[in-house]
Amino acid sequence: MKKLINDPRYVVEEMVEGYVKAHPNHIKQLPENDRALVTARETREGKVGVLIGGGSGHEPGFMGYVGDGMADGVAVGNIFASPSPDPILEVTKAIDKGAGVVYLYGNYAGDVMNFGMAAEMADLEEDIQVGTALASDDVASAPKEEKEKRRGIAGEFFIYKAAGAAADFGYNLDDVVRVAKKANENTRSMGVGLSPCSLPQTGEPSFEIGDDEMEIGLGHHGEPGIEKGPIESADKVADRLVHDILADIEINSGDKVAVLVNGLGSTPRMELYIVYRRVEQILREKGIEIYRSYVGDYITSLEMGGCSVTLMKLDEELERAIDHPVDCPMFVQK
Amino acid sequence: MNLTAKQLKDYFKEIVEMIEKEKDYLCELDRKLGDGDHGVTMSIGWQAVNEKLNNELAEEQDCAKISLTVGKTFLSAVGSSVGPLYATGFMRGAKAVKGKTEMNDNDLAEYWIAFAKGIKERGQAEVGDKTMIDTLEPFFISLEKQFAESNEFLPAFTTAVEEAKKGMESTKDIVSKKGRSSRLGERSIGAQDPGATSAYLILSTFLNFVKGQVEVR
Repeated sequence: MKKLINDPRYVVEEMVEGYVKAHPNHIKQLPENDRALVTARETREGKVGVLIGGGSGHEPGFMGYVGDGMADGVAVGNIFASPSPDPILEVTKAIDKGAGVVYLYGNYAGDVMNFGMAAEMADLEEDIQVGTALASDDVASAPKEEKEKRRGIAGEFFIYKAAGAAADFGYNLDDVVRVAKKANENTRSMGVGLSPCSLPQTGEPSFEIGDDEMEIGLGHHGEPGIEKGPIESADKVADRLVHDILADIEINSGDKVAVLVNGLGSTPRMELYIVYRRVEQILREKGIEIYRSYVGDYITSLEMGGCSVTLMKLDEELERAIDHPVDCPMFVQK
Repeated sequence: MNLTAKQLKDYFKEIVEMIEKEKDYLCELDRKLGDGDHGVTMSIGWQAVNEKLNNELAEEQDCAKISLTVGKTFLSAVGSSVGPLYATGFMRGAKAVKGKTEMNDNDLAEYWIAFAKGIKERGQAEVGDKTMIDTLEPFFISLEKQFAESNEFLPAFTTAVEEAKKGMESTKDIVSKKGRSSRLGERSIGAQDPGATSAYLILSTFLNFVKGQVEVR
């Protein structure tokens, strides 16, 4: 697959360098570690620090979400691989304002180990209190009874949004963690893959799929989904995704939700809006109120084709959090 | 037998070479189960280790310090899931040979047992989960048992690596239960686990290296 890069070994370094140079008013790189990025703006003393992170290749996830109202810092991993504890610990030290730091990341074995090691080091070596909330919104990744095994996909965006707002409201660490966990509990996603991405280092497609096929439940790193079949219309795909989400979480007539239709990297907005159109129809028919909607590339997988649908069921606290303004290099909400 | 600090470093350099050779094969195995980057990840980590071996560690004579630095360097370079796993292994191994500039039979047995048990503890996986533990657990059980009986490292290690190989091969027939590929369920059957494979290669490279060293003498 064609890529506009220099040396595949340095894609992450060069991307980070470009990103930091492009947004000097938003982002700065810590001198201790190239993969440790924090907000360029001074954060308040006593505010809980919000730390996000994960592998590269998901842009705007995750470094795009550092800014006012979202995260205070990010640890950047290699492509599709968790960052090591070093940058996580450096960011933790930089964004701790005496109220502790919350780690928000997707539920993957590698992330759990690296962030877990960093949290232990922060506690033992730096005396910084760390709270953790994992994203596990993908209903296709494990059955309901094994929810602790589910991976985090686009729903991570809502969890950052909720926790970022809670920290900005001045909540303490326990309450920021509580809000982040509630956001995760109330969030469900499911995706469809149409075409693979390829890693710059291997150039090989991350999974095999026919020209006329789609894969329901495909993961954000090309992990196979729950079934592969002939491609169907946008409406039918949207029906399936929303159906499986609503089968997993009770959302009733009169309930309010935030909706995210997320592109995986190479799917045009045109297609995403066609999918959103149907999602809106289904929810309206069921009497579910769409309180806020987001359509676009929020957490991608390089140039993968396809999309996911995410619903977050809202209560008053989450409504307030979702309304909170945000100013990040790759996402602004007024 | 004795293994000097220099020989330990030479062994780590052989891993660097071996990983470069096997990189594509490991990626290919991973494409069937995950995102197809296991070989790349291992290469990133071992290249970083190579850099340390050639510079900071070039004059180092403390086996524990060497192993500790290898673990930490690998972790910093890769993160991922293999980062913490191998880092824990090499750091636990280092702890078992603290202050030694040469490792005797007993040290070597303790080093490798601590290495494999450390990984098992960090990853919390069981035999049959289709991970590197399918290679490493039969390996350390066998090594512990054989060495307790014979007190001779090389024959005990040889048998243990045979067990590791059987463990690695057994991953073809099992359903993934840990890590990303666990989401595959039944579809993971038939594919050998890349993590189990690279773990075996790290052990068999040591066996070949040690055999080569013994023959030279």
